[in-house]
Amino acid sequence: MSTPAAAAAGAKDESQIRQKRMIGEHFERLARARHDGRKVVYTFVPGNLTELIASFGMLSVLPEINALQSGMRGRSAAYIAEAEKSGHSEDVCTYVKCDIGMLRSGNIGPTGTKLPEPDLLLLSYTGCFTFMKWFELLREQYRCPVAMLHVPYQPDGVITPSMRAYVVDQLKNEVIPAMERVSGRRLDLDELTAQLARSAAAEDDLVAVWESARHRPSPIDGYFGGVYYVGPIFSAFRGSEEAVAYYRELRREVDARMAAGKGPATPDGTLAEERYRLVVEGPPNWTSFNDFWRMFTREGAVAVASTYTRVGGLYDTGFRHDASHPFETLADYCLGCYTNLGLPARVALLERYIREYHADGFIINSVKSCNSFSAGQLLMLRELERRTGRPGGFIESDLVDPRYFGKANIENRIQSYLQMVDARRHGGYA
Amino acid sequence: MKCGVGIDLGSTTTKAVLLDEHGEIVGQGITNSRSNYEVACAVAREEALTAARLSLLARALEQLPGEQRTRTAALAAALPEAFRFELYLDQLADLEGELRACVGQVKPDSLRHALEPALDEVIERMSRTAASLFDGSVARRSDFFRDLAGAAFMAAAEAVCAGGAVPFERLAGLFDRAVLDVETTMTRKPFDHVLRRAIARVTSQDAVAAPDAAGVVDLVLAAAAGTAIDEVAFVGTGYGRQTLPFPKECVRSEILCHGRGAHAAFPGTRTVLDIGGQDTKAIQVDESGVVTSFQMNDRCAAGCGRYLGYIADELGLGLHELGPLAMRAHRVIRVNSTCTVFAGAELRERLALGQRREDILAGLHRAMMLRAMSLLARSGGVHDQFTFTGGVCKNEMATKVLHDLVAEHYSPGTRVNIHPDSIYMGARGAALFALDDYRAGRGGAPAWREY
Repeated sequence: MSTPAAAAAGAKDESQIRQKRMIGEHFERLARARHDGRKVVYTFVPGNLTELIASFGMLSVLPEINALQSGMRGRSAAYIAEAEKSGHSEDVCTYVKCDIGMLRSGNIGPTGTKLPEPDLLLLSYTGCFTFMKWFELLREQYRCPVAMLHVPYQPDGVITPSMRAYVVDQLKNEVIPAMERVSGRRLDLDELTAQLARSAAAEDDLVAVWESARHRPSPIDGYFGGVYYVGPIFSAFRGSEEAVAYYRELRREVDARMAAGKGPATPDGTLAEERYRLVVEGPPNWTSFNDFWRMFTREGAVAVASTYTRVGGLYDTGFRHDASHPFETLADYCLGCYTNLGLPARVALLERYIREYHADGFIINSVKSCNSFSAGQLLMLRELERRTGRPGGFIESDLVDPRYFGKANIENRIQSYLQMVDARRHGGYA
Repeated sequence: MKCGVGIDLGSTTTKAVLLDEHGEIVGQGITNSRSNYEVACAVAREEALTAARLSLLARALEQLPGEQRTRTAALAAALPEAFRFELYLDQLADLEGELRACVGQVKPDSLRHALEPALDEVIERMSRTAASLFDGSVARRSDFFRDLAGAAFMAAAEAVCAGGAVPFERLAGLFDRAVLDVETTMTRKPFDHVLRRAIARVTSQDAVAAPDAAGVVDLVLAAAAGTAIDEVAFVGTGYGRQTLPFPKECVRSEILCHGRGAHAAFPGTRTVLDIGGQDTKAIQVDESGVVTSFQMNDRCAAGCGRYLGYIADELGLGLHELGPLAMRAHRVIRVNSTCTVFAGAELRERLALGQRREDILAGLHRAMMLRAMSLLARSGGVHDQFTFTGGVCKNEMATKVLHDLVAEHYSPGTRVNIHPDSIYMGARGAALFALDDYRAGRGGAPAWREY
């Protein structure tokens, strides 16, 4: 039997190198922020108003990204322990504890430079109640202004005009005035629209990257690889020239990979054989990210689409930032993030991915400390199996607490699931 | 005979099953896997091979011409138990050697000098009572050497220590250390050697073989010689499956193996619950035995077989003694935690409150099975027929609670299957996969090491 994992691990793609450089430069800007007189806004990935923040010349810090980076760099266990020492219980969202622990340990960011304190906490409330509690804690710590953008939940997967108007009203009367006060500048609408136009260009290229996974073999992994692809657009870069260049380059690389009939890049090089096409729901585990990924690549399993890579914006259902309606488009963006969707809309999206990407089945990674993601996932599993006739697998881990990653247990479930898919694909054993 | 071999390398026990080409069981073996997975695998396989040879011998004797079959019938009937007795004696001799080595290391000398004669007496009592385990006079709960020898050792030790001259715990501790070495050492004698001893024992004790004893023995030995076993395919599964000396394609998921094994034993099976040492699995299968969905406990082993192991250790009992004790409960104490780590603390706390250990044990069993019910619900519920597999099946309190809970939460008419050999279901499923591979020309050869 051939081993599906990888032909020789190759050099990094240009886009990867570019992304790393972009992130490094961003953290350097943050480190110099005080010196350069730039204001800093802490905000969340889902519903982030990056274009608006940037239009005021302010810099974004995304605590979830810092937490996941700490997880990948093996620092989260100590940070979580630090947070637990200060009274946070074991069951609290581990992103929160990791962030609090990082703060208490000197607030050194993922690249080793110290993060500046926030001038504004911009709470984009999109489907996650914990966000509010998280920034309450940060407010206690930093004693800085908080602007809350309350984004109505989409229980039926529909954005109504009144929802949009409600968000636009807050943008105009709460968020923008707060930004004006903090930055000392008036809103520059021309700058905002320029940012939004660039966002749309980057989004076009990202969607093309996602849709490449319809091809067999898929040239991308839309979950493990996908989290790298969303890095710039989910964080501080959407709307920037750098993001446009990054996504143009990424798309070119993926197109070339597809033209050459190549599978996705993995930690061990290009996947040699695509045996299973899967859709994945739920965030990945960050503390054992590559081990987790290898559990799939060793079996020749590729994630052709995932919902986690849509938490910071859902573009492949048609949404693009629209520079001609800046406030309404920001509202639609926030309302449309995956975390803000009710269960029926999440099921419908997963069903669409399973069908359109010709998946053999789907896997749910249920995260214990993330109630907003995990509640209802078993119901989703049953409903998706019923609708698509394709089997679902269920695994459990955590975001950044290494104590909740049981390698043998998770590997057992993944292998069992894939063997089950195999048996059902062949109409039985033998 | 061509056989497919399935090996289920569990966290607590390792099981091996040999199936003939028709999928019929010809041999099963089990041993402890705690110390050395690789040796456990070899021991279980050897035991299954031995059982298979005995089973093939019985088949061969059954097929002898009428007159020869009649002449060998009495010997054939007595042979399997006599053979097992011989194996037990061999292991007992190994155990004695290990026990003496262990007691030799005891410090201080005064304690050793007290323990040595006590140990002599325990060993002497075990030897004296050994035959009763195989003559049908005592109902044997287990064929597992650890259980058999453990129960005999503890009974003898309790008697010897009754006077208070020697602390019981020190003797029991010697057994715990010694038995591990016995279980993880391959010292089995060749099959023919043990067979001849078993034949000799039966013929020396039983007049049925005379007056043509020599002729009967020759017939049996000839039958045994004609039953070569050809292991044509292997599949491994279980918690430690990655450590088996098998190529990747010979390793299958334990979920699929348990589902398939249970379905083979009870073809009406649609839901399977397997409680092993480290995992609990709720599995749904279709009419062909193919898994359609499953749920497992997460990385926390709460409520798994190991949970009972901790409880047994805490009470100084053998695992197989827990169920019968719990069945003597007057009431079921409500236990809130199924956390394996805290099980001991919970037990001690309740004992300190003056609660009966039988009643506490009943509560612990219920807590454990409630957790299994939760997994079953998550996997899609309990559908008729429902088959319970894994080592915990041997625990009568666990099975009673499960029956009650299934009736309570699902249909009271749900058929609950528990096979006497439930512990072997994963290995049986693996052996069925091995036969598939053999028929399809797939599979690979294990890289066995000699012991």
